[in-house]
Amino acid sequence: MANMVKLTINDTAVEAPAGTLLIDAAKLAGIEIPAFCYYEGMSLQAACRMCLVEIEKAPKLMAACVVPVGEGMVVRTESPAVVKARKTTLEFLLTNHPLDCPVCDKGGECELQDMVFKYGAGESRFTEVKQHVPEKQWSPVVFYDGPRCILCYRCVRVCNEGMGVGALGIVNRGVAAEIAPSHGDHLECDECGLCIDICPVGALTSGAYRYKTRPWEMEHVGTVCTHCSNGCKTTLGVRNNEIVRGNNRDRSGLNGEFLCVKGRYAFDFNHHPERLQAPLMRINGKLEEVSWARALQAVVEKFKAGGKAGVVGSTRISNEEAFLLQKFARTALKTNNIDHHRSGDVVTLLDSLSGKTATLGNVDDCYNSKAVLIVGADISQQQPFLANQIRANYRHHKAGIYVATSGAVREDKIAKGSVRTTDSEWLAGVESMREKLKGESELLVLFGDSVKGEGVRKLVAFGESLGIPVKYICLVDYANSRGAMDMGLLPDLGPGYHAVEGAPGMTLPQMMAATDLDLLWIVGANPLARHTLASSNAFVVVQDLFLTETAQRADVVLPAASAYEKNGTVTNVTGQVQRLKRGVETVGAKTDLAIIGLIARGMGVNLGKVDADAVFAEIQKTVRGYNVSLPVIVTGGAAQTMPVNGRVASTVLPELIQSSRDTLFTTGTLTRYSKILNEVMEAPGGLYR
Amino acid sequence: MTFSPELEARFADLLTHYPPGRQRGALIPMLMYAQDEVGAVTPDLMAELAKRLDISVLQVDEVVGYYSMLHKKPQGKYHIQICTNVACMLRGGAELYEHACKKLGVGHKQTQASGKFSLEEVECIGACSWAPAIQVNYDFHHEVTVSQLDQVLEGLQ
Repeated sequence: MANMVKLTINDTAVEAPAGTLLIDAAKLAGIEIPAFCYYEGMSLQAACRMCLVEIEKAPKLMAACVVPVGEGMVVRTESPAVVKARKTTLEFLLTNHPLDCPVCDKGGECELQDMVFKYGAGESRFTEVKQHVPEKQWSPVVFYDGPRCILCYRCVRVCNEGMGVGALGIVNRGVAAEIAPSHGDHLECDECGLCIDICPVGALTSGAYRYKTRPWEMEHVGTVCTHCSNGCKTTLGVRNNEIVRGNNRDRSGLNGEFLCVKGRYAFDFNHHPERLQAPLMRINGKLEEVSWARALQAVVEKFKAGGKAGVVGSTRISNEEAFLLQKFARTALKTNNIDHHRSGDVVTLLDSLSGKTATLGNVDDCYNSKAVLIVGADISQQQPFLANQIRANYRHHKAGIYVATSGAVREDKIAKGSVRTTDSEWLAGVESMREKLKGESELLVLFGDSVKGEGVRKLVAFGESLGIPVKYICLVDYANSRGAMDMGLLPDLGPGYHAVEGAPGMTLPQMMAATDLDLLWIVGANPLARHTLASSNAFVVVQDLFLTETAQRADVVLPAASAYEKNGTVTNVTGQVQRLKRGVETVGAKTDLAIIGLIARGMGVNLGKVDADAVFAEIQKTVRGYNVSLPVIVTGGAAQTMPVNGRVASTVLPELIQSSRDTLFTTGTLTRYSKILNEVMEAPGGLYR
Repeated sequence: MTFSPELEARFADLLTHYPPGRQRGALIPMLMYAQDEVGAVTPDLMAELAKRLDISVLQVDEVVGYYSMLHKKPQGKYHIQICTNVACMLRGGAELYEHACKKLGVGHKQTQASGKFSLEEVECIGACSWAPAIQVNYDFHHEVTVSQLDQVLEGLQ
């Protein structure tokens, strides 16, 4: 521990490590010093003057956000002089503020409102007419109301430093000063909305949320974003069974306040008019709405009839659903023909780490590792939160960043080493940085889908040869890509990567190519977007939210609940398990877990208790690495699964592994149904690179 | 965008005055010298300097908007800046400004149709000890009276 400094705040003895800012030391002692411009993790601004405190022997009030603690310091945070100063500061901040709280989105959760209330600064001595400028729209999701702005620079800093985008600035001076977007009248940026969330007042508002509700009319449900594999916690604001907002202002979960455009806005697929609300069955060649009972009856009959079956699982369904699906396939359908779309070679990584000192890295390592090597992935586009962690690592710890990618990436700007390679030649690119990497004390390696099969082994061998501790993250695409593998949605490996009993089953492409398949059960996946189904006689059962390409070919379509409509757990790209919490009730759809349970019951198959908690208890007991702390998960935390230790006997062909290489504004089927994301993509400005 | 060889030489020298990686510090003098040559801080000029210093155009805009000495529109041949901040106001700055408005026939941040004079009411120009002060292009005039202001204006051709 660093040297501890003793000081007194409000007659309370406080101890804090040397270098701690007074505002943070007070917070540690449970004393709140109000501030608008100060924001943990961002550079210091000292612009708002709200955190002024009285320090004995100092000639005037000092800004607690920029003063480090000193030995023997005597500080008063609520003395009459301080209160008077804060009241005056507020009076200034309100000089041109419209005080339109009744119609402001921020009303009820506004830091300025709270402070004015606390210090009773409702009256003003100013008699001048307030300056007014009209509201501006900068993108489909970002609106700026200048008069409400208190020029705290939080948005400017979070965009510059946090996101590495720099799309916001402050132009003009004095009363005319205002926030300005990068491209005259519009933004060219990630559209992540962090600026909106971080705004202490209602100056920046969200196009998706504005004027929809008052904050206190919503229920706030903490769950996990269902789009990419990073596993960001998102707090859904739910009103009248409709999601109206996604944010993470409570900074809970592994992502703190971070969310990308998808996490913050792309929940709207959930209320898309094309959501399936009733089961569909092919009657006389056409899909028609039928009752659940009739649809399930048809499925159960076909399942009972047997034949050559194939099961395709999803990278979006929960661990419980994936576990139950493979259990059903292997015990009731008695087949190993089960697979899912793979986007990263986790299996080979686990195998090649066997017997090595190197381990798997996680989200925290991205922020703490002394050096980071990124191979073959544009992480700012595809892994937004991991990229955010790495940027913060560089900003706070001066981490060495190394990049070997096929195109220019945002990390180039902060990289110590950056080389352009191709998907097949990446090793030469990595080798060219060998000497620099050897000079680092530790390394975290993130790699995309161009590193697979033997490539993974070569990369691990390269890491071993550096002679420093190395950790690896195999990047995958979707919310539960990792969980799908861990739960054994694989033809050759069961839950926990144990080799299956009997011969390995067919892979996804093999199932698609088989001409003699009698039964195909697809849960939450859309393989027909990429493949054609060779077997024309196969009876196809699809569980999905929408009538996808695959669902259109189905004989029975069962409407499934989204991740925001179910309980369960998902495992993120670095193997951290988090809990999904149901935010909205479904109307006609059912969770995949419930559907699997109903089919099992119809067939007279006993899968045990079909309930998310019960299935998770079974996962904890039976899946290697998943014996994680339940209290951590239940309280909304992320529990790290233990990496598999030992060889993994896999027969996976590396060619099957393919990332969709999404941009920030896309991830597969769900995002196609997000109105907001489509609007953002069509708006001027486009994608920031 | 191209500049005169003299200005390019000046830029090249300027950039050596800042430590490696801190070249953006040269932005303000570069803007000022370029403004003198180009006549105003045009969008092209801002884009050019942003490119040279590896910063965004928005970052250049932040600086241009902040400093009253940098102008996005061309000024008159003689740019008259009259301080009406506290010290100058107490010593007759406001009267000077009003007189100049009437005499030149233009107001705040306006330029005569002939392009000879432009006028600007400015905040403190750091000459409080000799208030009221005015600035004509880069030249200061101290403890100016209304009649002296007339003399100054009439002396400019």
